[in-house]
Amino acid sequence: MANIPSDPLQIIEKFGPHLARSSGRRLDGAIQPDNVVKTHCCFCGQQCGIQLLVKDNEVIGFEPWMDFPFNQGKLCPKGVKRYLQGSHPDRLLHAYQRDPSATDGFKPLEYERAMARVAEEIQRIQSREGNHAFAVLSGASLTTEKAYLMGKFAHMCLRTSNIDYNGRLCMVSAAAGNKKAFGIDRGGNPWSDLLNTEIVWISGANVAECAPITTDYVWQARENGAKIIVVDPRIHPVARTCDLFLPIKPGRDVALFNGILHLMIENDWLDHDFINQQTVGFDEVAAHVSDWTPRKTAEITGITERAIRQAADWWGRAKTSFLMHARGIEHHSHGVQNVLGAINIVLASGRLGREGCGYSTITGQGNGQGGREHGQKCDQLPGGRDIANPEHRAYIARVWGMDPDEIPQAGVDAYEVFRKIDQGEIKGLLTICFNPVVSLPDNSFIRRMLEKLEFYVAIDFFLSETARYADIVLPGSLQEEDEGVVTTAEGRVIKINKAIDCPADAREDWRIIQDIARALGREPGFTFKNPGEIFAELREASRGGVADYSGITYDKIERQYGVFWPCPNEDHAGTPRLFEQGSWNPVAKGKGRFYFPDGKARFNVARYTPPAEDIDAEYPIMLTTGRVVSQFLSGTQTRRIGPLVDHYPEPRIEIHPVLAERYGIADGDWTTVESRRGNCTLKAQVVKTIRPDTIFIPYHWPGQRSVNQLTIAAQDPISKIPEYKVCAVRIKKATGAPEYATQLEPQQ
Amino acid sequence: MPVPEPMEFFIDLGRCIGCQACVQACTECDTHKGQSMIHLDYIDRANSTQTVPVICMHCDSPTCAEVCPADAIKKTADGVVQTARKPRCIACNNCVIACPFGVPKMNTGMNLMMKCDMCYDRTSVGKKPMCASVCPSHALFFGTRDEIEKLRPRSRSIKQFQFGNQTISTKVNMMIPKDAGNEQLDVTAAMDPAKVDGNVVDDPLMANLQSE
Repeated sequence: MANIPSDPLQIIEKFGPHLARSSGRRLDGAIQPDNVVKTHCCFCGQQCGIQLLVKDNEVIGFEPWMDFPFNQGKLCPKGVKRYLQGSHPDRLLHAYQRDPSATDGFKPLEYERAMARVAEEIQRIQSREGNHAFAVLSGASLTTEKAYLMGKFAHMCLRTSNIDYNGRLCMVSAAAGNKKAFGIDRGGNPWSDLLNTEIVWISGANVAECAPITTDYVWQARENGAKIIVVDPRIHPVARTCDLFLPIKPGRDVALFNGILHLMIENDWLDHDFINQQTVGFDEVAAHVSDWTPRKTAEITGITERAIRQAADWWGRAKTSFLMHARGIEHHSHGVQNVLGAINIVLASGRLGREGCGYSTITGQGNGQGGREHGQKCDQLPGGRDIANPEHRAYIARVWGMDPDEIPQAGVDAYEVFRKIDQGEIKGLLTICFNPVVSLPDNSFIRRMLEKLEFYVAIDFFLSETARYADIVLPGSLQEEDEGVVTTAEGRVIKINKAIDCPADAREDWRIIQDIARALGREPGFTFKNPGEIFAELREASRGGVADYSGITYDKIERQYGVFWPCPNEDHAGTPRLFEQGSWNPVAKGKGRFYFPDGKARFNVARYTPPAEDIDAEYPIMLTTGRVVSQFLSGTQTRRIGPLVDHYPEPRIEIHPVLAERYGIADGDWTTVESRRGNCTLKAQVVKTIRPDTIFIPYHWPGQRSVNQLTIAAQDPISKIPEYKVCAVRIKKATGAPEYATQLEPQQ
Repeated sequence: MPVPEPMEFFIDLGRCIGCQACVQACTECDTHKGQSMIHLDYIDRANSTQTVPVICMHCDSPTCAEVCPADAIKKTADGVVQTARKPRCIACNNCVIACPFGVPKMNTGMNLMMKCDMCYDRTSVGKKPMCASVCPSHALFFGTRDEIEKLRPRSRSIKQFQFGNQTISTKVNMMIPKDAGNEQLDVTAAMDPAKVDGNVVDDPLMANLQSE
């Protein structure tokens, strides 16, 4: 029984989230650090270089790292204040087990006893219900070494199919679309290609708040003469000064891309040589978009025909361009179709794989790229290999020293894991670096499923809202307490360096995983002494795959300020820009620039379907969700950092004055938003920077402030990404403040 | 040996994304840890996401120093206007009220006026000010005139501001569009809606919104 054992208020009092602020030696400007560690921020996919100042095994501050080429010292407020997550009063310092008699629900447990208990429960469940009845949910903020180890642990040690990760809620639509079109899943270009381009097209990406350093690249492009086109339901800070703003209705991106391609064909703004020689499938796509006239596109997208024609004109005539997108087009029940639509207008332009010509998703999580390459996705093996491919299975089995038939087949995606708990097929769960109670849609279902588990073990450094349901909590490591590589949104493999040791009984996550393997009596394959040894095996496991890391070393990363994969041997400098003539490609083997046997990119028909839950008379308003600049993902870290919480303490409902007036809602009014799955009462923020038929709520908060009480668990049939970006709601002015407002601090 | 070109501060309000990295980083400066000397606010959030960071402009004739009855506010030889000298400051708030840019803050706990000193401790050892080092959009930029001219071909810098009858020259530069005719920014006029002209699109969202 994994239900929350006592009063949530008592758990919060013991485990937080409480707010850390600078005090003591962190406020003393006269203190000289013992050590200055060059490393990277622990948050988003940009992975900005930063120097951490260390005194007596505590990070006491930071200093900008001006030499790191991507950000050259620049940091967002999360990076500036990230150091406050260390020495935090909420830090888990030893293992815990649930204790129904304790007021806060848990009592400390000796680490080895916790290991024994975890092993015993895994064995009990697996011997009775089969290996697949125990599932693993991992995360994309882990280093690539840890992500690799999680995949190996599930597939080789636990022999369960059921491992997936929280990248499932992040970049998977882009990944699936890129694999279909290019045969490879990686951002195509270094951001420096933005600087010499004529058109920057940004669809569904709040760059200023979710990838703040990228703003400087976009605006430097503009200084150098580029026009900026932004497609979004909201005027976010980059949209404010763009050259053309297309206020798209949530969930209609593929319609816009089809309409643009229609106009490109009508006006012959096409690169015929590129289409003929380097792609397949154009004719079918051309036939499909023939009825996507500007009028039809305007009706579906909610953008004027004039603005659509202007965008097509600029895009069509450009000699160079860079199209970027992010979760705004990917978080949909047809997210892959949106991505394919975007890729189609890039392929039709022929503007790929050369200087100033680019296309990329903006990966969200710290290791969103590297965390999705080496085997913690349910259908994947290391090196970007396919778990269903017999050759791929044989190769990895050789590296792991096991029989290929012993590697489980593909498991289910992260949301489906919870449905399988509901169906009684999954009885036990291990999570690391994942807070689904906050981050998954329709999260009251997630809470019920956690309560239904027979056994749940969570590895974390703070007791996340999800870990409150655990039977055993194991104290893992903060990013600065370990070393390893991550891969940035650009595809640049960089190195996280260790600044401090884990406190008390906490330890590096990879040690905990290996200790579980040992307690299970399945130690072979899990005897690495340090992350460097894991990386050495990872290099071998990736060799010959598309995501080839075999030529990357920690030294080379340091020497070159990162290495872009693929990097197939130690003499190879890496591949900053994909799809260049002659770049290393183990699939096409010289036949072409793309990662298919014939070397050609694929046009894919991109079909428009309305959102899974469209608005109707009962629920007449669209709800869309996203992030704010001062918080990160489910807030496990950033809701514990005082200055970040001060910046934007709790979620507000962004609502256009036209819509607000219809419901008698004024700025600051408590307002109840209700969907078919739940309701949520928050304060309204009345602004003209959002479509009048849509409201926006950021998602970083738990409990009754969580917008994921309302969102829908509809998923893309290919990528399995949930439809966070649109569902149907109704709103009304609330009679007063909700109860939580007086019981809880904003971050709780 | 050629004399290196001096480093200057440039503000480009059009680039501000309101992220508060500058505000947060300012609190990490060794000389005033825990206190930010930067003000950052929305202009009119109901209508726009435009935000404005305000750092000290380091006036050639600092109004704050001129109104200080205790002569507590000093300017260095290279033009940096400093925080009030602690032994002299009488916490009268004259500077706080008089500064046309609204920069000085009264630290009531310390009974001391505190303001941005352009990270004198950092710039004196060859580092850039904290805010301009971290600013993700380079709305705050510290570098040479040559660098900024190369980086911002669409803009040019001014350092003269008009507040009613008062003309103020500053050490800190403000970027304006290259084709803007003015040599100074008339701040009080810009606050008067009747005097604002130009081709500002009133509502870029509604302008491109297809009506149902």
